[in-house]
Amino acid sequence: MADVAIERNAAPRTARKRASLRTALKRKSTAAFLMTLPLILLISLLVIYPAFYSLHLATLNKSMQRFIGLGNFQFLFKRETFWLVVEQSCIFAITAVFFKALIGFIVAHFVHNIPAKGQRKWRGMLLVPWVIPPAMSTLAWLWLFDPSYSAFNYLLAGVGVDRIPWTGETGWARFSVILVNIWFGAPFFMIMYLASLKSVPDQLYEAAAIDGANWWQRIWYVTLPMMRNIIAITTLFSVIVTFANFDIVRILTAGGPLDRTHVFATWAFRIGIEGGDIPLGASVSLFMVPILAIAAVFILRDINKRGNES
Amino acid sequence: MTRKKLTRRQFIAATALSSAALVTAPYVRGAHAAGKLSIGFWDHWVPGANKASTDIVNEWAEKEKVEVTIDYIPSQGNKNLLTIAAEAQAKAGHDILAMPTWWPHAQAELLEPMNDVVEGLIKQNGEVNGTVQYLGKAGNKWLGVPACVGSQIKGPCSRIDLMKQHAGIDVQAMYPAGSAPKADGWTTDTFLKAAEACHKGGVPFGIGLGETSDSVDTVGAFFLAFGAEVVDAKGNVVVKNDNVRQALEYYKKLMAFLPSDAPSWDDGSNNRWLVSGRGALIMNPPSAWAVARRDAPQIAEQCWTHGFPVGPKGRFAPFLPYFWSVWSFSKNKEAAKSVLTRLSQPDAVEKMVAASGGYDLPAFEKLTTLKTWAEEGPPKGTLYHYPNPHKHQLLSISASPAPPKVAQQIYTQATLTKMCVRFYRGEPMEKTLAWAEGELEGFMRS
Repeated sequence: MADVAIERNAAPRTARKRASLRTALKRKSTAAFLMTLPLILLISLLVIYPAFYSLHLATLNKSMQRFIGLGNFQFLFKRETFWLVVEQSCIFAITAVFFKALIGFIVAHFVHNIPAKGQRKWRGMLLVPWVIPPAMSTLAWLWLFDPSYSAFNYLLAGVGVDRIPWTGETGWARFSVILVNIWFGAPFFMIMYLASLKSVPDQLYEAAAIDGANWWQRIWYVTLPMMRNIIAITTLFSVIVTFANFDIVRILTAGGPLDRTHVFATWAFRIGIEGGDIPLGASVSLFMVPILAIAAVFILRDINKRGNES
Repeated sequence: MTRKKLTRRQFIAATALSSAALVTAPYVRGAHAAGKLSIGFWDHWVPGANKASTDIVNEWAEKEKVEVTIDYIPSQGNKNLLTIAAEAQAKAGHDILAMPTWWPHAQAELLEPMNDVVEGLIKQNGEVNGTVQYLGKAGNKWLGVPACVGSQIKGPCSRIDLMKQHAGIDVQAMYPAGSAPKADGWTTDTFLKAAEACHKGGVPFGIGLGETSDSVDTVGAFFLAFGAEVVDAKGNVVVKNDNVRQALEYYKKLMAFLPSDAPSWDDGSNNRWLVSGRGALIMNPPSAWAVARRDAPQIAEQCWTHGFPVGPKGRFAPFLPYFWSVWSFSKNKEAAKSVLTRLSQPDAVEKMVAASGGYDLPAFEKLTTLKTWAEEGPPKGTLYHYPNPHKHQLLSISASPAPPKVAQQIYTQATLTKMCVRFYRGEPMEKTLAWAEGELEGFMRS
C-alpha cells in the first residue's frame, strides 16, 4: 500500500520541485548570489585560504617542522619590542584616524558650501592624494623628509629655522609617518562626509534656524546625528586600513629609528621575510585580528542601536 | 569488424621485443635532450651586467642541449627574499636561485648539497675565505656555490683630496695601486682623528647608523676590530663583556663626528653623500664611485677604495657573498651543477667582473687579481685594493661568529647599530647591554 501511495505522489512532487527550483532561480537574491559567486570564490582563494594558512603557520616553530600551538604568541608577549609595536600601532592608528576624520569633516563642509558649479573641480583636486598609489606618493614624501637633502629643511633654512631630523629622531619620525598617512587618507573621509552632508534634508536646518540654533548647535544637533552612521562606518574602515598599513611606514622609515615607527605589518615583514622567521611574522600580523575585531564589534554595535532607535 | 585476440604468450613476446629494441636503439639527442633548467639570478645594479651571465649560460645551454630560462630578480623591495620564501613554501620554482648572505643557512634543509661542485672549484681556483665558509657551509654540507655576481666588500671609499686636506692622510700612498698596502698606521685611532678633522672641515665621514645593511656591516666590522662578540660561536649570549663596552665607547666618540641624521640613513644615503661631494669617506662597494663616474666625474676622479683601519683585535672588512643554490626539489640537479661549474670557471668570472665594472667579487683566492680592478678608473687603480688582493684584512660579516641562524636575526634587527645609537643618545652602558641581552636571548628560537 505504501509503495503504491509513493508512486502516486512522485510525479506531482517532482513537478513541485521543478517549480520551486524555477521560482528560486527567478528570485532576485538567487540571481545576485550566482552573479557574486565568482567573486566569492576569488575571495575564498585569495583571502580565506591565506588567512587560515597564516593561522597554521603561526602554530609552527621557527624551522616550521614542529607544531607548538600558541608558543609563538607566548614568546611575543615576553618581548619588549612587541609591546612597543603594539603601542605604536595604536598611537599611529588612533591619531591618524582622528585627524583624518577631523580634516575630512572640516574640508567636506568647505566643499559643501562651494557653489555647485565649481564644486566638482575642488572635489577632484582634493581627491588627488587618495588616488595616487601610496607607494609612489610616499616616495615623494621621502624626498621631502630626506635626512640630508630635505626640501622642507631647505625652506626652513631659508627663514633661518634649524633643520629638523624628520625621520632621524623618534618623535619627528612618528610625526612624519602619521602626517603622510593623514595626507593620504583624509580625502577618503572628505568624500564620504560630503556624500553624507548632501543627504541631510535642508528642512532640518531650516527648522533649526527657526528655533534659533546657532552654527555650532546646527552642527551638534543636526549634522552630526544625521552623519553618525557614516562616521562610524568610515572610522571602522579607516581603523582597519590604518592598523594594517605597510607601505607608508616601510618606505618612509622602515620602522626606524630604534624601531620607534614600526607597526604590526612592517615588523611582521622584518621578522618573517627579512629575518626568515615566517611563523613569528605570521603571529605578529595575526595579533591585529583580535584588536580589529573588538573595534569592529564596538563600532558596529553602536550602529545597530541607532537602527533600532529609529 | 573482426577482432584478433592477443594471447598471453604473444603479449609477453611483443613486450620483450619492444623493450630490447628500445634498450639497444642508438641515443638520439634532440635540441633539448638534457631537459629544462630554470635559473633565478640576482638582478644586477650595474646596467648591462646581467648580459655576461646570460651569454655564458646560453653558450653552455647550447652545448649541453638544455632548455634554460633565466629570471633576473631584483633585491629592491626584497623581491629576491620574497621569491626565496615563496619557493621554499611551495617547494617549487626555479632549479637554481641566487641567495644572499644568510639565506643558504635559513633554507639549509631544502638545499641540495653542492660539495662535489665546490670542492672541485676550490681545487681549481683556490681556497675561499672564512666568511664564505661560515655562510655557505652547514657542517660538512656546502649549501651553494659561492657566486661572483653580487658578492661585495663594503670597505672605505675615500676622497683623496679631502683626506689630504683635512686629515693629512694620503690614501693612495697608504694603498698604492699595484702593490701591497702600507697601512700599519691606519688604525681605529687614526680613523677617529681623521673623522674629527673632516667633521671640523665640513666634510664629515658618511657612515650610517640606520637599520639597513650598509650601517650594520660597518658597525659589525668595527665591533670585530675590538673583538666585541655579542653571541659566541656556540650560541651563548656574551654581550656583557669589556670588548663590547670598548667598541661602544669608540662608536660613541665616532658618532659625534658623523652627520647628525645618520640614525635614519638607508643604503642609498651614503652613496648620495659621496656623489654630492658632502663627505670625505663612505663605506661601500664601488657602486657609489660608479655612479659618481657617471654623474659627477670630478668627484669620481678623487675616489679611492681601500682597506679598513686596524683595531686592537685585527683588521676586518665586511664581505657579503652571494651563493647560487640548488633546491632539493629541483628536477634537473645534474644540469644545475654543470652550469654552476661553468659559471665559476676563471674565464667566466673574468667576464662577469668586467661586465660589472669591478663590483662583483669572486670568493676564490686565485681570482682576486683580475685586470679589471687594476685598470678601472679614473683614477686608475682606484679599485686595485677592493678585492683584498694582499689579504691585508680579514673578510668578515657583522654578527659573526654567532651561529648563522642567530646571527641573521642580529643582523636583520640591526642590534649592533641600535646599541650604538642608544648608548650615544645617553642611555647608560649597562642599560644598553641589558636591553641587548634581552633581544639576543629572543633570537635563540629554533
